[in-house]
Amino acid sequence: MDLSYTPQEEEFRARLRAWLATALPGLPAKPPPDDWPARRAYDLGWQRMLYDAGYAGVHWDSSPVLRLIFLEETERAGAPYVGANFVGLLHAGPTIAAEGTAGQRARWLPPILRGEQVWCQGFSEPGAGSDLASLRTRAWRDGDCYVVTGSKIWTSHAEVADWCELLVRTDPDAPRHRGISWLALPMDAEGVTVRPLRTLAGPAEFAEVFLDEVRVPVAHRVGEENDGWRVTQVTLSFERGTAFAGEVVACRRVLAALARAARENGRWDDPVLRRALVRLEAEFRALWRLVQWNVSEAEASGGVPGAGGSVFKLRYSHARQELYDTAADVLGADALDLDRPWVPDRLSALAYTIAAGTSQIQRSIVAERILGLPRGR
Amino acid sequence: MRFRLDDDQLALRAGVRELLGRCFGRERLRAAVDAPGRLDRALWRTLGAAGFFSLRLPEADGGAGGGLPEAVLVFEEAGRALLPGPLVATHLAADAVPGAAHGETVVTAVDGELVEWLDAADTVRGDARDAVPLRSVDPLTPLHRLPESRSPAPDPVAVLLTAAEQLGTAGRVCELAVGYARTREQFGRPIGAFQAVQHLCAELLVRAETARAAVYAAAVTADPADIAAARLLADEAAVRGARDCLQVHGGMGFTWEADVHLHLKRAWVRARRAGGSAWSEERLAAALAD
Repeated sequence: MDLSYTPQEEEFRARLRAWLATALPGLPAKPPPDDWPARRAYDLGWQRMLYDAGYAGVHWDSSPVLRLIFLEETERAGAPYVGANFVGLLHAGPTIAAEGTAGQRARWLPPILRGEQVWCQGFSEPGAGSDLASLRTRAWRDGDCYVVTGSKIWTSHAEVADWCELLVRTDPDAPRHRGISWLALPMDAEGVTVRPLRTLAGPAEFAEVFLDEVRVPVAHRVGEENDGWRVTQVTLSFERGTAFAGEVVACRRVLAALARAARENGRWDDPVLRRALVRLEAEFRALWRLVQWNVSEAEASGGVPGAGGSVFKLRYSHARQELYDTAADVLGADALDLDRPWVPDRLSALAYTIAAGTSQIQRSIVAERILGLPRGR
Repeated sequence: MRFRLDDDQLALRAGVRELLGRCFGRERLRAAVDAPGRLDRALWRTLGAAGFFSLRLPEADGGAGGGLPEAVLVFEEAGRALLPGPLVATHLAADAVPGAAHGETVVTAVDGELVEWLDAADTVRGDARDAVPLRSVDPLTPLHRLPESRSPAPDPVAVLLTAAEQLGTAGRVCELAVGYARTREQFGRPIGAFQAVQHLCAELLVRAETARAAVYAAAVTADPADIAAARLLADEAAVRGARDCLQVHGGMGFTWEADVHLHLKRAWVRARRAGGSAWSEERLAAALAD
């Protein structure tokens, strides 16, 4: 067990830290959360800066340890979050890199890395959320194209996306996991309609996408026809692996700030509140070690994050909600003021136990795939 | 940063598990339950010969020259096996009390208001005057009670090794629950196929794995705040884990024959040891206030 970093890793960290110190002061001001075109421009601009400095794609090209250092240092420096580039950099990119043809990699990966294209995720449907394999969006083969009809929901960044990683049913007669294909859909294709969905957190964070006889070239299929479920599992393992590592660093910063605020407003002397903060400190220290453990395991097994991702995701999503509920106790009456720090975060944290596989789905995954219990009902 | 067990550590863990399986298997465990208060001196000497107590002594002094990570792996196995005796106190006395390192001397220590294994020990560290025996909730840990707390702030190593034992229980009760859920049938199928039971088992694993990452990391850094955090998570993983395991066992879990209650009771005893949760919480509060 070794928690120290190699000289090469430390050198990477020092170089990145130095670059962040010069790059961040020149950044434009952060756009308001409901101005999507401005958010797109901001996020793509940041990605372009990373690309020019040689840090684009640390998310998928390099060792899991370098990826962890990248997430840790960018978060520590207060660098912009991956934002609208989330799907491209953390899902679609790694999936195309792992499963795409040479031509597909050459076509789609450079624009993602250079900050020229935003991707969104067309997985969930109104009738296929947690039960993703029951999706019904149909794709018929017509010559060199698929003709796609159906609808998707909870599609983050759909309004400003150029491409969508789309799951469609290409064989309605096959067992449900076996008739699915993974397509790259251009969002400006004829027949695509996007309707933003307002969330409980206020601004529209995602959208419904309606697909009416949209023609998608067969050459846009990643992986074999009807093999999309397996391709998707590759995507999801990235989603649950290291995607949240930077957020743990951010949560520890929030916790330290909460302790400071509690000492300033006198609530630190409340033993119940102090105990809640202390328990969260223990929790987030452990979650950071769990990230390091999972990353080390991933590196030893060839880079793909393993089942430990579900263990982490379960624990982290609840800890994050606990963190902002405790923040509300520190804030007192200010916890009802949307203009206060941490209050909007308390709202958005509610998504964490639902998005990327609900906690209930994650528990079933842990029980059946890790612990080997019989298939549930 | 390669935060996983290396080959030597994997071999150490396998070796200790094999040794404990041989000299303290289930039959020995149940025999010990039936003879409360009696410390098996032959077993103690076997542990001593295997280096259990001298593990962290330098090789020049007859020890194994191991560090905290090795000690944590060994005490995790002791926790899994429900190994009885004042293991932590004797381990910590290895360099100070003659005979402790090799299992010839049994050493216990005053710990807050309690002393474990007072009658069986050869040496008591601390002031145990006026100690009164109590009817211990754990049949494998005889306890004496003092009129007041008579020990200073706990040694962080004692806190860490206690956390390691709790981790052993957390891992073991997860295995026991999963094993039972796979084989016990109700409504014509294994109970492990029911989501209510699956999700209890999943939470057992999640708590144990989170505690494991914290305990192992604390062993590497030896930072008192890391140790405090690990302790809080390990106590939770052991106590809640044993309770959930008991629940998965249903009516069987409430019987004396099932081993689950032994894990729960021992976890309760350990949770009071080495400053309990209060010391760890205060230590962590200090780190947070920095």
